[in-house]
Amino acid sequence: MLTTTPGSVIPDHPDFLWRNPDPKSSYDVVIVGGGGHGLATAYYLASRYGITNIAVLEKGWLGGGNMARNTTIIRSNYLWDESSGIYEHSLKLWEGLEEDLGYPLLFSQRGVLNLAHSLQDVRDSKRRVNANRLNGVDAEWVDAEGVKELCPIVNISPDVRYPVLGATYQPRAGIAKHDYVAWGYARAASELGVDLIQNCEVTGLTIEHGRVVGVETSRGRINAGKVALAAAGHSSVVAALAGIKLPLQSHPLQALVSELLEPVHPTVVMSNAVHVYVSQAHKGELVMGAGVDTYNGYGQRGAFHIIERQMSAAIELFPVFARAHLLRTWGGIVDVTPDASPIVGVTDIQGLYLNCGWGTGGFKGTPGVGDTFAWTIAHDEPHPLIEAFSLDRFSTGALVDEHGAAAVAH
Amino acid sequence: MQLIPCPNCGRREEIEFHYGGQAHVPYPAEPAALGDAEWADYLFFRDNPKGPFAERWYHSGGCRRWFNAVRDTRSYRFLAVYQPDAPRPDIAQFMAAAPPVAADRASAASSATNAVTR
Ligand SMILES: Cc1cc2nc3c(=O)[nH]c(=O)nc-3n(C[C@H](O)[C@H](O)[C@H](O)COP(=O)(O)OP(=O)(O)OC[C@H]3O[C@@H](n4cnc5c(N)ncnc54)[C@H](O)[C@@H]3O)c2cc1C
Ligand SMILES: [Zn+2]
Repeated sequence: MLTTTPGSVIPDHPDFLWRNPDPKSSYDVVIVGGGGHGLATAYYLASRYGITNIAVLEKGWLGGGNMARNTTIIRSNYLWDESSGIYEHSLKLWEGLEEDLGYPLLFSQRGVLNLAHSLQDVRDSKRRVNANRLNGVDAEWVDAEGVKELCPIVNISPDVRYPVLGATYQPRAGIAKHDYVAWGYARAASELGVDLIQNCEVTGLTIEHGRVVGVETSRGRINAGKVALAAAGHSSVVAALAGIKLPLQSHPLQALVSELLEPVHPTVVMSNAVHVYVSQAHKGELVMGAGVDTYNGYGQRGAFHIIERQMSAAIELFPVFARAHLLRTWGGIVDVTPDASPIVGVTDIQGLYLNCGWGTGGFKGTPGVGDTFAWTIAHDEPHPLIEAFSLDRFSTGALVDEHGAAAVAH
Repeated sequence: MQLIPCPNCGRREEIEFHYGGQAHVPYPAEPAALGDAEWADYLFFRDNPKGPFAERWYHSGGCRRWFNAVRDTRSYRFLAVYQPDAPRPDIAQFMAAAPPVAADRASAASSATNAVTR
């Protein structure tokens, strides 16, 4: 016989993961944007580069932007040397991150398949595999049978509109639980003394004699030695406060999940040609996304026909999904650059640093950019791994064109 | 699905249209005189406002003609549509604190720019 009624005892509220301080009047470094990038930057500044008098200012709640909305694909199989450098640095940090933060992240290296559906896809994919290998990134080419072996539910029948001819495979790629990543960084940064300030929108950047000296916010003026921008979808809006124009277009990007299902999908499958990518979260939902809505938009939502197209692609690739029910769709605002590579580095204004343009694929970069952006802020010069991603590449012409590797997806 | 008021065909479903980005970006008058920064500006830098935006649309599944529109990038509502050779409407008039206007105003604006809404 039980002595209490099950469910009648309300458990205590769990401990808060971070402090919730009021802003001080001044900080050495103010970071604008409390998404994954802002939080990771604060954490590495405090843990690796000796700066702890930091505030992260977030207009909403921590990790409520794209960090809460992405489909969590992590990989480093991009084409160019510059990209391999930063994405592989990031993947290596992912591999030690749970230990580093002392926090479980459900990081799962279940591999990623990037499908090829045409002869041109096959050639491009093989080229990318070779480039990856030269850069020490694990990559292999697998034929259609090989795809089927790695992911038995993929339809490799030759008589569909876009038959699967093969795929690139990166075994070390995978997924992680995005919210845990945000919370893990936030908790660790807070413990190191970083002030995480929510409901604090930056409305102005104060610049005197070519140097940034503070920010205006919805919670008053805050002085700053240095200011680092990490506002993702709102980067154009925030940079404009300092008179900086960026080559960005903000687009809605949508994703969706199915109801919870038995484990059926052991890896991550992406297809640029039919515009869909799929993995199965630990809980059991199928997580799917596709390309951006084509128009500019700050609404954190997109059009339904995009979802419809994405589903028709998914069902051709995975006929078994036909009976799955859609549970939820949502959208984020992604800041897309002309060459599908990010913009990270210093600006013409002293003490003002820029991190944006990660578009549809910056979740995987969270540890890598957090570390190198923090280094850049601490040393007041671009970290070697992000040097190529400067804003002036658009006038020098040294673009890092990753449309092939980034394309629809991530 | 969002209905887009084509100035030639009237309201049609969004899937009939293609997006063309910022409107009123003329080809440089003197291309040979441009430096690297100016070329970068022409090729790669477009406005990205949060709010009313003058942009190009192509009615690919209908009259197959380009037209211009002012659309609010927060609500995605069309505030005005007009022919590509018509001057850009004064964007400031759309910035007013009042919430973005429904498609009715878009069709009113389109007839104001001599378009037919069927
Ligand atoms: C649907 C979807 C799927 C995606 N899938 C993947 C994927 O599978 N793999 C991958 O690698 N990437 C993916 N991404 C991209 C990835 O989510 C982003 O590139 C990345 O999250 C951007 O960095 P962030 O986490 O710092 O951004 P965010 O979490 O958006 O953080 C920016 C923060 O800045 C805040 N902010 C903005 N303006 C101000 C202001 N004025 N004052 C204060 N704060 C401000 C915002 O509120 C926001 O919280 C996806 C994105 C979306 C939308
Ligand atoms: Zn038309």
